[in-house]
Amino acid sequence: MSPTPTPDTPTKPINDRAAARVGSRRNALFFASLGALTAAYVLLLVAMIVAMLSFTSPDNLASVFADHNIRYAALLSLITCTISAILSVLIAVPTGYLLARFNFPGKQAIDMIVDIPIVLPPLVVGIALLILFQTIPGRWFESHAFEVTYMIPGVILAQFTVACAFAIRTMRVAFEQIDPRHEAVARTLGCSRASAFLRVTLPEAWPGVVAAFTIAWARALGEFGPVLVFAGATRMRTEVLPTTVYLEFSLGNLDNALAVSILMLLVAVAVLGITRTIGLRSLRQMEPTR
Amino acid sequence: MIALDNIAMRLGAFALDSVSFTVPDSCYAVLMGKTGSGKTSILEAICGLRPITGGTIHINNQPIHTLDPAQRGVAYVPQDGALFRTMTARQQIAMPMRIRGWSRAETNARMNQLADMVGITNLLERKPARLSGGERQRVALTRALAFRPRVVCLDEPFSALDEPTREEMYRVIEALRDHTPFTALHVTHSSVEARRLAESLYYLDDGCVHKTKAIPTTPTTPTPNHTPKHTPHTPTETDRCEYPLNT
Repeated sequence: MSPTPTPDTPTKPINDRAAARVGSRRNALFFASLGALTAAYVLLLVAMIVAMLSFTSPDNLASVFADHNIRYAALLSLITCTISAILSVLIAVPTGYLLARFNFPGKQAIDMIVDIPIVLPPLVVGIALLILFQTIPGRWFESHAFEVTYMIPGVILAQFTVACAFAIRTMRVAFEQIDPRHEAVARTLGCSRASAFLRVTLPEAWPGVVAAFTIAWARALGEFGPVLVFAGATRMRTEVLPTTVYLEFSLGNLDNALAVSILMLLVAVAVLGITRTIGLRSLRQMEPTR
Repeated sequence: MIALDNIAMRLGAFALDSVSFTVPDSCYAVLMGKTGSGKTSILEAICGLRPITGGTIHINNQPIHTLDPAQRGVAYVPQDGALFRTMTARQQIAMPMRIRGWSRAETNARMNQLADMVGITNLLERKPARLSGGERQRVALTRALAFRPRVVCLDEPFSALDEPTREEMYRVIEALRDHTPFTALHVTHSSVEARRLAESLYYLDDGCVHKTKAIPTTPTTPTPNHTPKHTPHTPTETDRCEYPLNT
């Protein structure tokens, strides 16, 4: 920006060309730094993917996907991740809204507690769940409702426990970005609090809901520690894709472990692509066109 | 009629105490005051969006300060209109009428009548993202008036608009009031706006609402095509200008 001349301090004539050259050199350096740092991380990720792809062949991939154990693990992963993500969104929407909009006694404590799964090592989450179901209420639940430990519900609970924390954080930010006056106006127009939330706030938070679902799904797909500890790694029972990678790697079958990793990569990219497209489309409809 | 009697409320660091004033029925009142003096808070208290810690608020002699905002019959038009981003103009305007159980035919009739008066008939299928600032305020005003509220509260509704668009909005309000007079409390910093619209002018100063004696009647920007049908409001005994007890 050029300095504004004032009557008392007349601006000194400057060499326009020299100043422009210095300015453009500084800008080029700035953008080069930004580009270099971004490129370093992007290159690392691309190099990892290329390395994985170069160490396997289409024939190997086909033979691995023909394995019924791996097909079962892939199907179980897709089903459990989807259920975990839906459950996470069902909890994250009201919790995120509560934390974003209201002040109440114990809010700080709740805010901290829902972040615990984000900071806790995943393995510890698994151990904590395992212990929980060894307590009297946990045992009572398993004997009167359904078995969880080392069963498919255990896989879902382990994935949900971690994924939900990420979904809550996402929903909270989404609600904080929506102007609370929209809800206030809806209430003066005749809406109850619940009606204003359902008619006005939730539709406006839809891109956030899609983002929360995506993050929860992706997180659940990669969940390994809690699933291994709490649900076990029994083939054709509680084996999900990350457990397959672990089992194949432990047995020395690097080709199979790689092929399953590539499968996970493809599924994750597809889901991220689809949900981002849906989220961006709804966001675009709400943003000004000019 | 809006009657605030000794209302008190906390506003973060400072508090409003013993605020009293009355806006007569069908009167377009304008409330002015310094930034941060509590004008918006008074509007929010009337709408039920800010709790009061003391005093009473009556509309048409009925106490409303304990009611939910939905039950007060007070419409609110904030600065940017606060249009709902996912709804078309038609859906937004229909919402308060449909919530109140109006039939589809009644809703459409009222919407068409208002849309024609306000000049938004060709904008009804648009979402807020495809409306200009002035168009948004027209839709917000139509939405607020759709359910025939007892009172309309407007919080600096035209402050973000350019001069020609403001002038259009003044004409829209005048046309609406010519058709059906409504009680309004309009907060603004613009003396031009106050002169143009106010039938009663109030000033919030140091936690006290004063009613000015002389109400400007001549618009600063004449509108040749418009002749006001309503006469400027003459203060009566019911228009109290009350002051805090300790002054």
